[in-house]
Amino acid sequence: MTVWNGAGRLEAPMKPHQSHGRRRFLKVWLAQHVRALLGSLGAFTRNRIPSLMTAGVIGIALALPAAFLVLLDNIQTLASGWQGQPHASLFLRRDLNAEQVTRLAQQIGARKGVVHVRIITPEQGLAELRELSGFRQVLALLPSNPLPPVIEVEPSGALTPAQVDSLIDELAALPSVARIRLDRDWLQRLHAILYLFERGTWVVAALLGITVILVVGNTIRLDIENRRDEIVIVKLIGATDAFVRRPFLYSGLWHGLAGGLLACLLVETGRLLLTGPASHLASLYGSRFELTGIGFSGGLTLLGCGAFLGLVGSRLAVGWHLSAIEPR
Amino acid sequence: MIRLNGVGKRYPGGKEALRNISLHINRGELVFVTGHSGAGKSTLLRLIPLLERPTRGQIFVANVSLARLPRRRIPLLRRGIGMIFQDHRLLYDRPVFDNVALPLIIAGMPYREIGRRVRAALDKVGLLDKERHYPVTLSSGEQQRVGIARAVVARPPILLADEPTGNLDPALSGEIMRLFEQFNELGATMMIASHDVTLINRLGHRRLTLADGKLIDDGVERRRET
Repeated sequence: MTVWNGAGRLEAPMKPHQSHGRRRFLKVWLAQHVRALLGSLGAFTRNRIPSLMTAGVIGIALALPAAFLVLLDNIQTLASGWQGQPHASLFLRRDLNAEQVTRLAQQIGARKGVVHVRIITPEQGLAELRELSGFRQVLALLPSNPLPPVIEVEPSGALTPAQVDSLIDELAALPSVARIRLDRDWLQRLHAILYLFERGTWVVAALLGITVILVVGNTIRLDIENRRDEIVIVKLIGATDAFVRRPFLYSGLWHGLAGGLLACLLVETGRLLLTGPASHLASLYGSRFELTGIGFSGGLTLLGCGAFLGLVGSRLAVGWHLSAIEPR
Repeated sequence: MIRLNGVGKRYPGGKEALRNISLHINRGELVFVTGHSGAGKSTLLRLIPLLERPTRGQIFVANVSLARLPRRRIPLLRRGIGMIFQDHRLLYDRPVFDNVALPLIIAGMPYREIGRRVRAALDKVGLLDKERHYPVTLSSGEQQRVGIARAVVARPPILLADEPTGNLDPALSGEIMRLFEQFNELGATMMIASHDVTLINRLGHRRLTLADGKLIDDGVERRRET
């Protein structure tokens, strides 16, 4: 086969598709890719120990943020289960008498969206406080009962958070109500904390993603150094940069994929280890909560991330180190 | 096929490897390049596949100015030039077959064709029975012939050989030269750098003589006389 015969052929753009048709070009291109793909897979499995070590580092780096995200997901599921029944405590003006309080409670109980009301008289409140707080002696020193009458309101679980908010606003606007407290506050705080943790997890994930890129990049760099002679020889006999690059890019892809697979296994193993204790804990709270795992789409995402980061790492290494190797 | 106009090559550090060389090698010619070691034979050969770039002058290969050849087309230039090295430059972790097949794989030839071509090339150099061997298990002469098979397997129009018989005994050297003559008869343009003057004289082809980087005899006159 003569690649070029004379002036015209070498001078013309020498992309194969111009001389042999697009079909042949595609066929050759595909064959070269399959070759590089299988070749690098072969090299990956032949050098089992170093490959697995690199894949292990990638796997752990990917598994950490993935595990955190799965954990957050579970906590959020758990928290959203509690969000259904917030209670509101209406602290009434102290000058209301028992009859007025009962009437108000009836009015509120008749409202749409209110499931249940409970009256806590100042006496009941004081008794509860005595029972719970251990302030018995302190409370005994008080000249009079400082507690206001309280109505506890349970909004319907069917209300949206916005509807609950407007109900609370309406109740707060009642003239007899001095102050209102929704015990949803702690839930909001929990969500804020979860949000903070989620953000933190993404920051860590980004850093670990960079780690994966550097690890793959370094592995590929070493591979390039080890195969320097081979690279020189194939360049000497007319290999294009793309031809030289391909096996290294696929090698990065395999490392990333193997790392992603390992990360999936690690996260699932962790879940299986925690599942027993978690459901035991849940059963103590009378809940039938079960840890959800990474799932199919999560697993695919993890594999995809691994492959992508592997490819990016190898591309960077190839870009930096391959062009420096020229035949001498 | 190969034309040099006033080519000079000065290495960083000031060593002048080639000075003002002009020559023309026709299509299908077989040319020996001789001279003492350090006279610039290797440098001259290395300029043609752009393993080095000249610091002065112009080189044309197949009427294409190498100075104006874009970087991404250098691989295509090299695919058209078969190179044979004194140190063989084989891949020692691959069997003979894979070594010889390399240029065809790079060119994207279909598999059936590769097998056929590689065996034809190995047959030509008499190593057909060694295709599964690894280069280290072969003798120096056999390794050289693997290198030759790799250089000719893609049937490039130009063959360059840098001291191809450097380490070989006279009988083997003669054998390898006869191989080169056969390729030349099939139409390849050849440049062979060698200091084995007795062998070159016996074969009687055009001879370029270099001394201290200068071309002191381009062999054209002598050929007219004979």
